[in-house]
Amino acid sequence: MKTASTRLGVDIGGTFTDVVLERKGDLFSTKVLTTYAAPEDAIIDGMHQVCAKAGITPDQIEQIIHGTTLATNALIERRGAKTALITTEGFRDVIEMRTESRFEQYDLNLNLPEPLLPRQMRFTVPGRVNAKGEVLIDLERADVERVVDKIAAGGFTSVAVGLIHSYLNPAHENLVRDVLMERLPDVSVSISSEVSPQMREYERFNTVVANAYIKPLMASYLGRLENRLKDEGVTCRIFLMHSGGGIISIQNAADFPVRLVESGPAGGAVFAAHIASRYGLDKVLSFDMGGTTAKICLIKNQTPKTSRVFEVARTYRFKKGSGMPISIPVIDMVEIGAGGGSLAHVDAMRQIRVGPESAGSEPGPACYGRGGTRPAVTDADLILGKLDPDNFAGGSIALHPDASNSALDAHIGQTLDMDAVESAFGLAEVVDENMANAARVHAVENGEDLSEYTMIAFGGAAPLHAGRLCEKLGVDRLLVPPGAGVGSAIGFLRAPFSFEANRSVYMKLSDFDPEKIRTLLGELQAEATGFVRTCDAESPILSEFKVYMRYTGQGWEIPIPLTEAQAMAPDAATFQARFEEEYAKLFARTVAGMDVEITVWSVNATTPPEQVEPIAPASAGTAAKNLGARQLFDAAQGGYLDAEVIDREAMKTGQIVQGSAAITEAETTIILPASRQAIRQPDGCIDVTLRKN
Amino acid sequence: MAQDHSNVAYQVMWNRLISVVEEQAQALVRTAFSTSVREAGDLSAGVYDTKGQMLAQAVTGTPGHVNAMADAVTHFIRRIGRQNILDGDIYITNDPWEGTGHLHDITMVTPSFHKGLLVGFFACTAHIVDIGGRGFGADAASIYEEGLYIPIMKFAQAGEVDETLTRIIRGNVREPDQLIGDINALATCNEIGHRRLIDMMQEFNLDHLDGIAGFILDNSRRATLERIVALPQTSAIGEMTMDGFEQPITLKVEVSVKGDRIVTDFTGTSGVDKKGINCPMVYTKAYACYALKVAIAPEIPNNAASLAPFEVTAPENTIVNASHPAPVALRHIVGHFVPDAVFDAFDKIVPGLVPAEGAGCLCNFQVSLRPRTDAPAPEDARRSEVLTFNSGGSGARPEHDGLNATAFPSGVMTMPIEATEHAGPVIIWRKELRPDSGGAGKTRGGLGQYMEVGAQEGHEFDIQAMFDRGQHPARGRRGGQNGAPTTIAQDDGTEMHVKGKQFVAHGRKVVMAFPGGAGYGAASERPKELVIRDLARGYITAETAQRDYGLSVDDVVAVEAAVAKGEAL
Repeated sequence: MKTASTRLGVDIGGTFTDVVLERKGDLFSTKVLTTYAAPEDAIIDGMHQVCAKAGITPDQIEQIIHGTTLATNALIERRGAKTALITTEGFRDVIEMRTESRFEQYDLNLNLPEPLLPRQMRFTVPGRVNAKGEVLIDLERADVERVVDKIAAGGFTSVAVGLIHSYLNPAHENLVRDVLMERLPDVSVSISSEVSPQMREYERFNTVVANAYIKPLMASYLGRLENRLKDEGVTCRIFLMHSGGGIISIQNAADFPVRLVESGPAGGAVFAAHIASRYGLDKVLSFDMGGTTAKICLIKNQTPKTSRVFEVARTYRFKKGSGMPISIPVIDMVEIGAGGGSLAHVDAMRQIRVGPESAGSEPGPACYGRGGTRPAVTDADLILGKLDPDNFAGGSIALHPDASNSALDAHIGQTLDMDAVESAFGLAEVVDENMANAARVHAVENGEDLSEYTMIAFGGAAPLHAGRLCEKLGVDRLLVPPGAGVGSAIGFLRAPFSFEANRSVYMKLSDFDPEKIRTLLGELQAEATGFVRTCDAESPILSEFKVYMRYTGQGWEIPIPLTEAQAMAPDAATFQARFEEEYAKLFARTVAGMDVEITVWSVNATTPPEQVEPIAPASAGTAAKNLGARQLFDAAQGGYLDAEVIDREAMKTGQIVQGSAAITEAETTIILPASRQAIRQPDGCIDVTLRKN
Repeated sequence: MAQDHSNVAYQVMWNRLISVVEEQAQALVRTAFSTSVREAGDLSAGVYDTKGQMLAQAVTGTPGHVNAMADAVTHFIRRIGRQNILDGDIYITNDPWEGTGHLHDITMVTPSFHKGLLVGFFACTAHIVDIGGRGFGADAASIYEEGLYIPIMKFAQAGEVDETLTRIIRGNVREPDQLIGDINALATCNEIGHRRLIDMMQEFNLDHLDGIAGFILDNSRRATLERIVALPQTSAIGEMTMDGFEQPITLKVEVSVKGDRIVTDFTGTSGVDKKGINCPMVYTKAYACYALKVAIAPEIPNNAASLAPFEVTAPENTIVNASHPAPVALRHIVGHFVPDAVFDAFDKIVPGLVPAEGAGCLCNFQVSLRPRTDAPAPEDARRSEVLTFNSGGSGARPEHDGLNATAFPSGVMTMPIEATEHAGPVIIWRKELRPDSGGAGKTRGGLGQYMEVGAQEGHEFDIQAMFDRGQHPARGRRGGQNGAPTTIAQDDGTEMHVKGKQFVAHGRKVVMAFPGGAGYGAASERPKELVIRDLARGYITAETAQRDYGLSVDDVVAVEAAVAKGEAL
């Protein structure tokens, strides 16, 4: 399947639907406006466009890989099904009580996000399992039936089932599901021991509720999409990108739609990982900056870092804790409210603040001339010479520097006694610093030193800011790949078939039980491999083993990857050694005399990564031909410099540009600070490194 | 050596310092062993200039450390002596009066050297689970019984850890590995802060922090003063009563706006208690200051200048200014009520800004489990200590309902019950919202919660209750009604006290109802659709909807019918 030579990648984003067709190594792409009412319309439209460009018909497509923000948006906009939760008596309010804390301590008027389901849609049943997985109180069928009667009367179309300690013993959840399916065959059912078998009731219940909430919507959408594509002559199978950076079948996606959340950004990380393997880079920081947010991800050994929990639908300035936790395997990214449209103001401390509020596309930044009066990042970029007012977005939008000047002056300059240029400089420095800080904190949390990293930048606004970000982070090398505007959709085409199965089971190393471990990991491996097999009948399937460990008494587990040999012939000394090795890497020391425990077990089954042609990097050749010159503000030097303007399309392999320079293309511009130089590589990447002289 | 930087550069540096202390705090959360730090966020971290003035403090953490942290470093400089401050030193204390209020908080300070010169300090504090003595509780008669006291001293000198001190610590606490692990975590987090600071100084070519310190402190002082000057120049008195241990405690406070400062004085407050619920001045100051700051200058970051205008005074040997050797282990109980007392006064100065009273102190309890003694215990029965953090409802705000089961003023989190049940042979049978506990009003008080706790088969236990508001529920404001009081009893009806260690026999459960927040404004003014919503959700019962809010019987019937049909309302 992976050898299919004609493949289509489709990414439905908030504004645009990106469609990429790859045929015999050539890429054809288009962006069409997302059609909210029937998202499949944009896909069909885009598909025909790229097919026409490639000179093929839809029946020649051999594989379609799709990612979408529809699941995320349904959660953010609360547009899910009429859903009920069945939970353990005494725990009706787990998803509402959250962590019992305020995510912002200095706001007396703080309100916490409402749970997805209000209290009257949460029902309880008796029955109780303890922390060893033993049944303390039986669950009787009659008790379940009483609740199912209420659910029938309430006209619910989807039901989530989340019972205490079900990750250890799913028998009661299975019983509830069976009764529901018998009595209400049309109601969609999700149970927490299948959707997210992990300890911590708040995360698990919230995850199963989210799954149930979007399941009817996503199932219906995926069904419609399949039919529409068939009507248009498509004969191949359709697969979905999941949040963990792999591909699953359309059926799995319909059963576990919560795994589709954030699949677009996951595609972006896979895209960057692919570039990393092409260049043989083991430590990469991917930087994706669009109109409203920036996303940063660490990619080690060509594999994006993953996590078990993330937060969706943050309601309060992207603040941690203000959204809802979803515990599924996910590519670990930091997302902050910093994009081209992010608006700036001056606060009471006379500090410039940027974002997360965004000008959006209407009215847009002041320079769009559509009535925006507040300065956005794009306004600062324009005044600093990073953007050409007559050649923005391929010339489709004329920019108005006067409007930017007035906005900067009114909202920053007058308060801080700065002119428009210094205001723009301040605004740009603050947003770059915010992104740099997010990257630094993320690196610290992962025990990494960014100075050893290469940055890969994509997304409309990233190339404008990546150079300065590298200066701030001490990152010496930056790659800006071609096709950066549709990076996620390209990433879909590079992703393997994969499925990660995990389960919470506590085991102290002092109670190490090799037989139990072999059985558990074997079950997880069979489960994960089974999912992948439904996508790909032939390829070999690799298993990646990971356990989460900590010192007994700690609350924060760290992931410990194991080889298949270490996992399947388990031995306590090896586990201890692997844990200490990773712990020391993260925290610079180990703690003597403490017992160590394993909390979560995980197996990721995946088809082998695509073979990547390593690139033979071009060495510096002749200077690239310039289109002209302009004044470009250099943040490190604190003033304007003469800068060359280069047409990216016209740059030939090996040609070199010295900073300060602007390398322009239809979708964006790469800003080269005075400290950097750039060489075009054979694959079209612009390779930015420290300037030699 | 040019040390002048542009406004833009200082803006960036201030941002950076705030990020640095956040990194410092996150490192602590991730490496700490004590549940109080890693699960509940009972910690703090900050960066200081060479004079000991705090320049930035992490927002991660809890308000109890706000001022305490701001003052701590000057105590360290004085006790250690400037001439003895060496590169590679790490200092330590758990002095309740010079640290953060009880022996269970360890504060560590690390001097930061750059190019051979002292450029600043990093400090961090964490609440540890055990420090020896009688154990965490109110039972000690003096500080000497509450555990090991570590005066301000060097934990490491020029990179060499003091092994004698380490051995003394190990020999005096119940969980030595865990405590040493926590001390290491504190040292590591300062080290991470230090490294980031040096990176920043190199990037901006700084030899010292004087310029950026001036920029931060000047802007913060000016912004804070603008807020204070805008207040009515007047004073007002607030007062409240809490259960206390054996007799009720009165907190009396006068808040006076005096030009460019606000003075909060506790004259008239009850004296020191025999039990360990006394509060050292640092902790009182932290919560008094938090209450005023959250009301008038919430977005101004905490630093020496933004905190300086908030002066807090109290007569010696009042319960809010207990001096050595008073027992202070549970100082948080009184401390968490300080904001309600301050709000009572401040509401008379600026009406319509602060909330009604809430649950106040956290509803924490510790369970000490052991094999049953009344009959043979099973083989696998074991001893275990389990501490949990829980919250009642917060007070109604002028424009918003109180928050259900959410900590205020404390900033800590609860733990998942599935994690608690892994920590020992305890069973949490119930943890859910308590209907009708939020005081009625135009805006309703936040709901408290029910909890039921028992032990696994074969175990009995003691419960250390640390509750209040049993006799003194949260009081409503502007016609709002009181929140529901705390109740605690065994499942067979045996009465229990809101505070103290109490025995629970094999097979029995403790049934607790934690307090709700009070209401704000007259219940009759509450919009009908909110009353209907609350009834549909079961935040209030039909009886309350009719009695307190005047909902008609027909409306109640209609709501119940709509709920049965699955309507959201």
